[in-house]
Amino acid sequence: MSTVTDSQRKAPAGERVADWADGRLGIYGLAKTNMRKIFPDHWSFMLGEICLYSFIIIILTGVYLTLFFHPSMNEVVYHGPYAPLQGVRMSEAYASTMNISFEIRGGLLIRQIHHWAALIFIAGMLVHMMRVFFTGAFRKPREVNWLFGFLLFMLGLFTGFTGYSLPDDLLSGTGVRFMEGVLLSVPVVGSYMAMFLYGGEFPGGDFVARFYSIHVLLLPGIMLGLLVAHLILVFYHKHTQFAGPGRTNKNVVGMPLLPVYMAKAGGFFFLVFGVIAVMAAVASINPIWAMGPYRPDQVSTGAQPDWYMGFSEGLVRIMPGWEINAWGHTLVLGVFIPIVIFPLVLVAIAVYPFIEAWVTGDKREHHILDRPRNVPTRTGVGVAWITLYLILLVGGGNDLWATHFHLSINAITWFVRIFMFVGPVLAFIFTKRWCLGLQRRDREKVLHGRESGVIKRLPHGEFVEIHQPLKPAEMHTLTAHEQYKPLEIGPSVDENGVERKVSPLQKLKAKLSKGYYGGESQIEKPTAQEHEEITSGHGHH
Amino acid sequence: MSSNENSEENLPSAQGEGEHGSVERADNPFADPGLPAHRPRVQDIDERAARRSERVVAFLFTLSMIATIAFIASYVAFPVDKIVYIFPIGHVSALNFSLGMTLGVALFCIGAGAVHWARTLMSDVETPADRHPIEADAETKAQVLADFKQGAEESGFGRRKLIRNTMFGAMAMVPLAGVMLLRDLGPLPEKKLRTTLWAKGKVLINMNTNEPLRPEDVAVGSLTFAMPEGLEEDAEDFQTQIAKAALMIVRIQPADIKDKQEREWAHEGIVAYSKICTHVGCPISLYEQQTHHVLCPCHQSTFDLSDGARVIFGPAGHALPQLRIGVNGEGNLEALGDFAEPVGPAFWERG
Ligand code: HEM
Ligand code: FES
Repeated sequence: MSTVTDSQRKAPAGERVADWADGRLGIYGLAKTNMRKIFPDHWSFMLGEICLYSFIIIILTGVYLTLFFHPSMNEVVYHGPYAPLQGVRMSEAYASTMNISFEIRGGLLIRQIHHWAALIFIAGMLVHMMRVFFTGAFRKPREVNWLFGFLLFMLGLFTGFTGYSLPDDLLSGTGVRFMEGVLLSVPVVGSYMAMFLYGGEFPGGDFVARFYSIHVLLLPGIMLGLLVAHLILVFYHKHTQFAGPGRTNKNVVGMPLLPVYMAKAGGFFFLVFGVIAVMAAVASINPIWAMGPYRPDQVSTGAQPDWYMGFSEGLVRIMPGWEINAWGHTLVLGVFIPIVIFPLVLVAIAVYPFIEAWVTGDKREHHILDRPRNVPTRTGVGVAWITLYLILLVGGGNDLWATHFHLSINAITWFVRIFMFVGPVLAFIFTKRWCLGLQRRDREKVLHGRESGVIKRLPHGEFVEIHQPLKPAEMHTLTAHEQYKPLEIGPSVDENGVERKVSPLQKLKAKLSKGYYGGESQIEKPTAQEHEEITSGHGHH
Repeated sequence: MSSNENSEENLPSAQGEGEHGSVERADNPFADPGLPAHRPRVQDIDERAARRSERVVAFLFTLSMIATIAFIASYVAFPVDKIVYIFPIGHVSALNFSLGMTLGVALFCIGAGAVHWARTLMSDVETPADRHPIEADAETKAQVLADFKQGAEESGFGRRKLIRNTMFGAMAMVPLAGVMLLRDLGPLPEKKLRTTLWAKGKVLINMNTNEPLRPEDVAVGSLTFAMPEGLEEDAEDFQTQIAKAALMIVRIQPADIKDKQEREWAHEGIVAYSKICTHVGCPISLYEQQTHHVLCPCHQSTFDLSDGARVIFGPAGHALPQLRIGVNGEGNLEALGDFAEPVGPAFWERG
């Protein structure tokens, strides 16, 4: 199809390279759909990017660490520059971490960047997940991507735990011992699981090497695959957007990937990396030299896992020490129940989108994000979940709370035991009410306009505040959300007097539907007619 | 298509059904007014402002270059063990601090430059792009189903049941090879969790002095740690052995010991208990001499050493095992056997 002039012109070098690649990879076809792809803008969409960039930073710094770290539990005697540990026996894993921290120039920096980035990665995932949750971005067609994301979160927790254990210091070793106790508590197969994980009795000589390959190869490999799939789906579905003038369920409004998002997102990578580098410069993290090498008969006081495990720690600490002995066997409920609840609480949030979809019965695609206030029940569930998480985090640090605030551990334990049930319920009720209040305010704003703060005195002496009518764009934005009607099961007897069969499941669904969309769960948004009556009635305009 | 389990009537009617854009009735005050017109920024109108932005971006990129040079200079200049005082952080490694700060600035400035460039100088006109339904249209779906049916028929998969069933069998069995290979990850538990190095006649070695422990070494109110004789710190399995055998010893007035068996297993009020917490295995380290309580620092399980080491607080499920001790001919404390029950966390076979 080339014209004469086209073929006569000598293409510039860049174009020739692109031609070469296109002839083999078909890059023009890909670029045609993606290079100017439109991305909507909102600050909360950066949260996913923070996860992505901290993951990249973790990989880069992690590869550097593997160049110096020795994943071995062979015992050596320390003769390095850190005086307090000279002559102390330790594993090679610990000694090589000391070497990275005190002898490799920049090694400490990279170690600290790696650890800080890991904490930010997991915190980022949690917050990103919350933004997806509260805005309803998980609805069709994005349920699968929600699950991919959730898997990334779970794997992130395990990767964090295995990595934390590698230096074989006194603090992380305590965590590894904890893991052994947890495995042992599993009914029937527990002691086999522990023997197989540690290659024999705890601690044995294998776990560092095993955790190492899990930490640097197995889990990151799976995560990389999931992450790519996650991003491909974000591209494929096109990003969601908040309602606004010109933004509908059938379009996506924003700026193109090239150049704006290329520059913003690319630049953001450097911002995140820069901030983490500064954190690693000024804030020490996991100073293993202060803890000393692991010994099963020694412990440092105030042993605390990284924050993301604090939640399971809380469960374990407040659980009564139930043990059932019968027929020559022991059921270690005091440990087993908490470690079953922990994943269940996480799974509860993972399956939530499917429950909500079942309740609404909605099979349409949703690309417009919800404002959390407009879905009070979902928002309440989310806040209740976070409340549970935070309360258990308090339980996980009960000794710190006790020493810092001079409280008795017993009091804190009972507080957590009670409030892990009561707290979420209160949070749910409170949040729902708050959302309804906000909905009511939106309604007022649409119908009566915004309070201007200007007080006017009427001829007969009364003071009134002037309300400024909203602009059409604002009115549209505040009324663009959809409102479901609660599901009705109908009468239990049909018109011929024959009893209708209503399955219990159907009844449950109707109940939930009422909880979501009944009169107490949403404020009807204003109608055009109401608006008409009020504006003409008051004689504005 | 929809299983009529869900009545559609509780779904809200989507607005602007069918088309997008603002083709709604004119009397609707909430109708979508459409995308607002683009509001130009100063940089779009005033070339001087645009120049200023350009200079800011270039400045940031230059700063990044300078910071990278400073990074290299710090790497070479600061010895790895130099400690400096930096307000308000305190005493820190000069190398770590300077490398981190310079790297941070070098990276941050690239990011800040790029973002500033994008925000002030690149077009910020918002444009809409259409979405298309994710699910295929009916024609595509029909085509795919037909193709699949044809493919399945050509394979004879449904017709030749023998092939199908044996294939399923083979596929189900072959992973067993992989499972078998995992068998040697570790030994079977057998009685390993029930026994420790302690045995009749083994002398208690003081872990501080590495000398045999004598009754007169154990003062009232102090917590002493011991290990069995013959266990050397440089032994290959030292960690694994001490993880079970670690012992703590206290002296209690015999009259204060409430538990009868405890008194019998003690030697003149000297009692020996496993140091490994029965919750999930942390070593116990805190001793309260007035009450004879020991506390596990991990999850605060508290045991009463004057009453059979029963649990008085916390998540631990059972008392600490006691080691029966006596004195041998040389006047050293010795074990009179192994622990009577498994030490450490509980497990299924513990019973
Ligand atoms: C390795 C961790 C993760 C990375 C790197 C990542 C990355 C991203 C990015 C860059 C986006 C687009 C920007 C945004 O909406 O923030 C995104 C969207 C999304 N993520 Fe994640 N994410 C991760 C974990 C998660 C988790 C834990 C969940 C939830 C369980 C999740 C669910 C979603 C969903 C449903 C979307 C689509 C949102 C929309 O289109 O509005 N992701 N993710
Ligand atoms: S390990 Fe001692 S209380 Fe948990």
